[in-house]
Amino acid sequence: MAEAAGEVRLIGAWPSPYVLRPRVALNLKGVEYEFLEVTFGEKSELLLRSNPVYKKIPVLLHHDKPVCESMIIVEYVDGAWANSGHAILPADPYERALHRFWAVYIDDKWFPSMVGIGKAETEEAKAESAEQARAGLKLLEEAFEKLSKGKAFFGGDTIGYVDIALGAHLGWAKVIEQMTGLKLFDEEKTPLLAVWAERFCNHEAAKEVMPETEKLMEYAKIRLGK
Amino acid sequence: MAETKELVLLNCWVSPYGMRCRIALAEKRVEYEHKEENVMEKSPLLLQSNPVHKKIPVLVHGGKPVCESLVIVQYVDEAWPDRAPLLPVDAYGRAQARFWADFVDKKIFECGTKLWKLKKEAQGEAKKEFTEGLKLLEDELGEKKYFGGDAFGFVDIALVPLMAWFRTYESFGSFSAETEAPKLVAWGKRCMERESVAMSLPDPAKVYELVCYIRKAFGLE
Repeated sequence: MAEAAGEVRLIGAWPSPYVLRPRVALNLKGVEYEFLEVTFGEKSELLLRSNPVYKKIPVLLHHDKPVCESMIIVEYVDGAWANSGHAILPADPYERALHRFWAVYIDDKWFPSMVGIGKAETEEAKAESAEQARAGLKLLEEAFEKLSKGKAFFGGDTIGYVDIALGAHLGWAKVIEQMTGLKLFDEEKTPLLAVWAERFCNHEAAKEVMPETEKLMEYAKIRLGK
Repeated sequence: MAETKELVLLNCWVSPYGMRCRIALAEKRVEYEHKEENVMEKSPLLLQSNPVHKKIPVLVHGGKPVCESLVIVQYVDEAWPDRAPLLPVDAYGRAQARFWADFVDKKIFECGTKLWKLKKEAQGEAKKEFTEGLKLLEDELGEKKYFGGDAFGFVDIALVPLMAWFRTYESFGSFSAETEAPKLVAWGKRCMERESVAMSLPDPAKVYELVCYIRKAFGLE
């Protein structure tokens, strides 16, 4: 059922990978929404009211009811628009458990190693974090093989839950690669993921919302005061 | 059909994460084999079933492992959909339930672990986050019987293992649960009246005893 764009609003900021996730999900479902852009770090009254617990973006407002936490929003979008587009989570309970497991892994274990690369103060520390990030990608490569079953995405023929969880980080991953000269999504070490990454970035649901690397680099320089 | 496949839960009696899984399986009245793991000497089955984290709990269903306690609870809910629903039917209700269960993970159990693992001086932010977390949960519970309303559900399952650990957190965090969170204490007692909870939670005194032992053994005193 088509809804007026005002019924669905997303509070977010363009550089945030967490904000990217619900945007891809809404695009996959063909849902029109109003993007309420905030400057990163700015806490509007609406944001504070809608997410009093964490005061963070993204927040989805559906008929003014807030949903918070990026992957929870993605799952909500999948459920609320179950009859539109493709399913984001698979139907089978075991497959769903695998997707949820890897999304948790990406956020709790893999992403911190990426942050570690950015925050590293010595070359040694940088190299160590990069090794951890690459080791994580090797696990994700195996997960891709298992979940995709030879198809294009973790979700099979179409973008699914883990695709969104990991794909959202590709913009910043490219920035880290460029800034450090380190290769993360390596065609030799993780060939399936290297191909998947390009495919995800070019997918119509992700293309227009993925931030351009140059724009992110500029933004990073401003934020890091370099 | 789900029931005909073999079901094993790899667990450790003291783990709040394992308790969640036991409660969920008991609510669904599902038979399973409980395998107590020695976390100092992990079994080959555990290492094989959770190669990424090598941690309990793991639910192995027909040889296929499910890891991460909240993922397991959702799996149990979806694999046995015909009885005792653990999550609300509507998408918004489910989103709220998942939000609060995730909150419990971050603000209660992660912070709580810092209370007993770190010396008082190092506890720092953890105690503040923990007690603030308790207050937010009390606000969320309000006057409801359970977090799920009249029906015991996902958030209740996520949080109730706290009842086995409260005594330990109180002692090492230097606070009183009755004072900080009287509504949660009352809610906990209501939950303990459920068979699924009573049979899945260990004696808080035994948890406290074990933590004291671990602290001595690892020189945390």
